[in-house]
Amino acid sequence: MFEKILIANRGEIACRVMKSARKMGIKTVAVYSEADKDALHVQMADEAVHIGAAPSAESYLVMDRIIQACRDTGAQAVHPGYGFLSENAAFCEALEKEGIAFIGPATFAINSMGDKITSKRLAEEAGVNVIPGYTDVVRDADHAVEISSGIGYPVMLKASAGGGGKGMRVAWDEDGCRDGFERATNEARSSFGDERVFIEKFIEEPRHIEIQIIADTHGNIIYLGERECSIQRRHQKVIEEAPSPFLDESTRKAMGEQAVLLSKAVQYRSAGTVEFIVDAKRNFYFLEMNTRLQVEHPVTEWVTGQDLVELMIKVANGEELPLKQEDVVLKGWAMEARVYAEDPFRNFLPSIGRLVYYDPPKGENVRVDTGVYEGGEVSMYYDPMIAKLITYGENRDSAIDQMCQALDEYYIKGVQHNISFLNALMVHPRFKEGRLSTNFIAEEYPDGFNSAHVPQEDPVKSIVVAACVHRGFTDRSAKLSGQMAGHERVVANNWVVVVDGTFNPINIVPAPGGYKAVVEDKEYLVITDWEMGQPLFKGTLNGELICFQVSRERIWYHLIHRGAQTDAVVMTPLAAELHAKMPEKVAPDLSKFLLSPMPGLLVRISVKEGDEVKEGEELAVIEAMKMENVLRAEQDAVVARVATGVGDSLMVDQVMIEFE
Amino acid sequence: MQEIIKRLDAKRAAARLGGGQKRIDRQHANGKLAARERIELFLDPGSFEEWDMFVEHGCTEFGMDKQKVPGDGVVTGYGTVNGRLIFVFSQDFTVFGGSLSKAHADKICKIMDHAIKVGAPVVGLNDSGGARIQEGVDSLAGYADVFQRNVMASGVIPQISMIMGPCAGGAVYSPSMTDFIFMVKDTSYMFVTGPEVVKTVTHETVTAEELGGAKTHTHKSGVADLAFENDVEALFMLRRLVNFLPANNREKPPVWPTDDPADRMIGSLDTLVPDDPNKPYDIKELIVKVVDDRNFFELQQDYAANIVVGFGRMEGSTVGFVANQPMVLAGCLDIDSSKKAARFVRFCDAFNIPVVTFVDVPGFLPGTAQEYGGIIKHGAKLLYAYAEATVPKITLITRKAYGGAYDVMASKHLRGDVNLAWPSAEIAVMGSKGAVEIIFRQDMADQEKIDLRTQEYKDRFANPFVAGARGFVDDVILPHATRKRICRSLAMLKNKQLENPWRKHGNIPL
Repeated sequence: MFEKILIANRGEIACRVMKSARKMGIKTVAVYSEADKDALHVQMADEAVHIGAAPSAESYLVMDRIIQACRDTGAQAVHPGYGFLSENAAFCEALEKEGIAFIGPATFAINSMGDKITSKRLAEEAGVNVIPGYTDVVRDADHAVEISSGIGYPVMLKASAGGGGKGMRVAWDEDGCRDGFERATNEARSSFGDERVFIEKFIEEPRHIEIQIIADTHGNIIYLGERECSIQRRHQKVIEEAPSPFLDESTRKAMGEQAVLLSKAVQYRSAGTVEFIVDAKRNFYFLEMNTRLQVEHPVTEWVTGQDLVELMIKVANGEELPLKQEDVVLKGWAMEARVYAEDPFRNFLPSIGRLVYYDPPKGENVRVDTGVYEGGEVSMYYDPMIAKLITYGENRDSAIDQMCQALDEYYIKGVQHNISFLNALMVHPRFKEGRLSTNFIAEEYPDGFNSAHVPQEDPVKSIVVAACVHRGFTDRSAKLSGQMAGHERVVANNWVVVVDGTFNPINIVPAPGGYKAVVEDKEYLVITDWEMGQPLFKGTLNGELICFQVSRERIWYHLIHRGAQTDAVVMTPLAAELHAKMPEKVAPDLSKFLLSPMPGLLVRISVKEGDEVKEGEELAVIEAMKMENVLRAEQDAVVARVATGVGDSLMVDQVMIEFE
Repeated sequence: MQEIIKRLDAKRAAARLGGGQKRIDRQHANGKLAARERIELFLDPGSFEEWDMFVEHGCTEFGMDKQKVPGDGVVTGYGTVNGRLIFVFSQDFTVFGGSLSKAHADKICKIMDHAIKVGAPVVGLNDSGGARIQEGVDSLAGYADVFQRNVMASGVIPQISMIMGPCAGGAVYSPSMTDFIFMVKDTSYMFVTGPEVVKTVTHETVTAEELGGAKTHTHKSGVADLAFENDVEALFMLRRLVNFLPANNREKPPVWPTDDPADRMIGSLDTLVPDDPNKPYDIKELIVKVVDDRNFFELQQDYAANIVVGFGRMEGSTVGFVANQPMVLAGCLDIDSSKKAARFVRFCDAFNIPVVTFVDVPGFLPGTAQEYGGIIKHGAKLLYAYAEATVPKITLITRKAYGGAYDVMASKHLRGDVNLAWPSAEIAVMGSKGAVEIIFRQDMADQEKIDLRTQEYKDRFANPFVAGARGFVDDVILPHATRKRICRSLAMLKNKQLENPWRKHGNIPL
């Protein structure tokens, strides 16, 4: 076995690989960029090598530096993780020349599967179902239109070298096709330095279901069941689960066997994933093969009981797979949610910055794969994923319940995050029924996501918790020193919780281990060890597990539960009566301004003073996180003033354009 | 007996109505609570003891002898906030517009005298149109009587003003001499001369809100410490402030039990200071993570934000925090921040509240505006305040402590009791670049040499060890141990005794 391996990656996946390596008694070497000096993967590794500046093109993508790091540290093998150099054949060859093992497939498999056109042809030859389409390179927009009318709209234009949703465009008609071709080509060039684009039939109501395979160098190839990753936002996976709620045993077997056929055809070794698109009638078509470990591999690990990284390292070392196809048994259900530093209430704009507070959930049915820690930084240079949250249950419902509870406990402050969005998905009736599609998010949240999409659970729970929290603060104040002897503070038991202008009388008294509350003649027993100042109010309410995130801002308590926020004030009945007399203050009208929704670089201003703009018209483009974000007019308006210029670095809420 | 009790009840009922239900309704319509409602919200329920409910004015001019309202426009008395004694007066806008008569002033003076005698804070809820014009010079005398008591009480008992309506002309000078001024947004204003007079004299057109509203005084003038959304929030937050304050200058600050461990380690502080010395970070994160229960009561947050001041608790007991804020003007000292911090330090010193200072200061703000504005004397206020203070003083240098500003920020040389530094601290006359440009002026043409010298200077001085070698810092501590080290230092200093030489009073550079 290898004595030392280098992980040519960062973030959660680098940490994940190190965990398995450590378990196997293998020493680990981390590489890091300037921006990652204090990153978790650097702290976890036995050794760490600095490989360049923050942009990945100057660090994690520079093969020479990584190979030099191997030489300097004596690492015998390299695990590439996902992204970066994980599917780069030149990197494999370079390693091979140095006599360093690549913990992944051989060059041939990477090359043939890395190109979408080649991979599709190979798949077809191997007897795998493929989507109708044109697999040669499209010459120009006219050519694209000609091909598309042949296949029939809708069609999908895709970058040959693409992945991760970049360089993909759906076209519903000829105009869309021309426009899509230009955009896909541009994005392909800027993202991959390869502008080739191909076209295929666009499948409606599609589900994304993928097969995990693992192969050794002794000709053994097995599949480890499927993962369903249909919940995607702009082609980025958000929720993944294993098994799929949609597959029956025979489809699973058929898909698995085709995946194995393809893997055999490219003499595959190591872990790989064959992605399929599945239509409503359970017809499945080959999408692509990822010749690496997938982000969502943990759900497969949980239901199969296997450690994929360990298997990868073993087969890279020439060992035979320790299990056969018949040993693969799927047990229970695993659910994964990707926790991103992005603001779901602001069109999922990425957020960067310091993780002022970071406290992930814990528990026997919870796994958190992360590369960050409290006080760490979510950097603008890399993917804004904070962590993968994986939960397990005997069945799908129980895995979902575990996920809800874990999301409630996930405490992140400093950057915006998508936890309330994940929560809303978990409780969405259609999701619970398992009626998934890759269009799920676009269909269910056509105008974007907003707080109205977060269903409020029984509001009485929030009222009771707010009262408990207030009682906690009040009882503490009543213990102040220096009180008038014999006239000490006596805390009353009757309070009013004001939420959204409603007045909710409550009687609350301390009880052993918590509080006893009465709302509208109904009794609530809260058992909790919460103390003033703690951000998580955990405990039970009438025996049911609850977890609320609580914070206090002036007289307001903010409670977050199941992704929904409740703002409450708790007062004496007299105070509540007087509070009702206070005028409601209207927030200043900001609709006359276009505010920058995120920090970023202004790359285009599309309007000038005096322009009349129509609703939906492009106003400006901001680049952030290497993504171009188009800002559009929310209503018809006339531009009064342009307050920023191209090339400006924008801050959140900076005024960009003023309207008349 | 029955007869007299009936009369008493009738008189009380009349007094409680103040200027009548109609005027109370109008007060509500204007978004304001009535004088007694405010007291009831502020004090513990049922704890208010009212005095002088039957006082009437003695004015006979302009037909005033026929207009008398029991209480004469101010409700006074005492009660408790979390069981702790406090005196309070609440001006009643429904009675003669809350205007101040001699009798009204006498009521205020009476509770102030008592408060000084028994050593308890005074809270004034101000809502007054100004002097009772009909009374003329009697009313002016009333103001001055209150002013004199404000001065006598200053530094003896905490005095707090909550401006909940108009406060104009001479009336502003009573609040101005109290320790804290709070305002209610949209319904309160303070100014010496109103918009009409301003217009006549300087031809400026300005609204009352612009001239002296809550935003003006919390952002621009620094006269007010905080502004609140409405009366209810204001009074609840006032209770919260009172929880931090000792009753008088002879007592220690109040304590409550806490479950927050004194030795709580805070790993994330190890990465608080960025590697790049020019990159800012939020010093409030340090304060909030270090104090008990994340409970920090900041004052003047919108004024001179380059310095942060406020109260927190350590092991249950009140501590005043002063911290340079690198997020604003790089945390430098200027006129406004020096005045803001100086006043806060002096309050803490007067009332036995230990001062914890977090230092990240690149120096004083340069420029003609500062020099013409008198930064020399204003900066000296903070220097004076720290040097004069005898309460426990704990100082932690997180990053920059440059030049004269280093001396000012509760340095060892100003009798700092415990002076600590993080490993990222740089205690020097100035930044490396500036220093090299002066010391090696002759090499300025040679960039290579200058870079080398800068690096040398950095290696030599951009660390806490030079100051450590001289005993100017007592220890270099790891950021994650900050809470523990401060708690232990405070515990060690609990019985600190230090007295300044006797004098009538010092001559702070006002």
